[in-house]
Amino acid sequence: MHELSIVSSVVDTVTESLAAYPGARVLEVRLRVGVLSAVVVDSLEFCWGLATDGTPVQGARLVVKSVPVVMHCSRCDADVELEGVQSFRCSRCGQPCSDLRQGRELEIEAIEIEDAVSTGADGSGKSGATA
Amino acid sequence: MTTRIVELRRGILKKNDELAAVLRQRYGAAGVLVLNLVSSPGTGKTAFLERTLRDLRAKGARVAALVGDLETDNDARRLAASGAPVRQINTHGICHLDADMIDKHLAGWEGVELGALDYLFIENVGNLVCPSSYDLGEGIRVALLSVTEGEDKPLKYPTLFNSADAAVITKMDIAEPCGFNRELALKNINEIRPGIRIFETSAKTGVGMDEWLEYLSAQRNR
Repeated sequence: MHELSIVSSVVDTVTESLAAYPGARVLEVRLRVGVLSAVVVDSLEFCWGLATDGTPVQGARLVVKSVPVVMHCSRCDADVELEGVQSFRCSRCGQPCSDLRQGRELEIEAIEIEDAVSTGADGSGKSGATA
Repeated sequence: MTTRIVELRRGILKKNDELAAVLRQRYGAAGVLVLNLVSSPGTGKTAFLERTLRDLRAKGARVAALVGDLETDNDARRLAASGAPVRQINTHGICHLDADMIDKHLAGWEGVELGALDYLFIENVGNLVCPSSYDLGEGIRVALLSVTEGEDKPLKYPTLFNSADAAVITKMDIAEPCGFNRELALKNINEIRPGIRIFETSAKTGVGMDEWLEYLSAQRNR
């Protein structure tokens, strides 16, 4: 159960990156989580509200994309996706594989933000941001 | 209102990974082989490490150990009986060790200089899940499994076993009364981590220890 510390670290990183977008509101945080990352997605979601409460990330949606395991098979000389994590063998030829190419990812892919409302000289409240 | 997507592509454990890389470099420069021992609670990590420290010291090797637990310094006191310098890390509820804890406990460890060590062992918190996410800068990650735990443990915890560099089966002295199916255990470990070195050991009788010590020495001299 280290998901709370994982989520807290996500909140810290997103908060830091918001410095470049003053006043922006975070709508969504997108993560990429490898099947072999030792992180339980349900637990991440469970901790999300708790960890974001009172932070600039509060109210943002959490979207987690699962990343499958990809091994390099030396016999096929190809990268192959595994169907599960009960057997690390090439899904084409059955050769045992120890060369992991993907599946341990634990990263923040992107955030969706809503830019701050500009309080320009005309006071119209139009968004001052450009996409 | 303008909404937009900002690509971040940032590793969530980036801070830990960066510090682990610094530690790895430091271990390399000091010429010390660092091992991270991971298993469930009760596998016998401490007994195995106790025996390893004692046997290595008998061969004249310079060894030390950091030992992680949620609470108590019981393991540190047990391991210190081997004569090796041992330092306890209490995580106070945290289920794993991280690079920062290692860095902090290496600093100000009286009488211990990395450059004066051949081997540094890190006994992780008893947990087969969380420690696998945290790089400690170790040279070798060891997954331990005892004969009392069930041969399918590697299948249940593939994340850890797949990230290990070596596997150690402990308590081989009671394998028979436990009905331990050796072939099945070896097959399961190999299914998750094909080709991994597996040591079948008993801290009590010393079986398998020679092979283990030879492996350590070979890894250090690599």
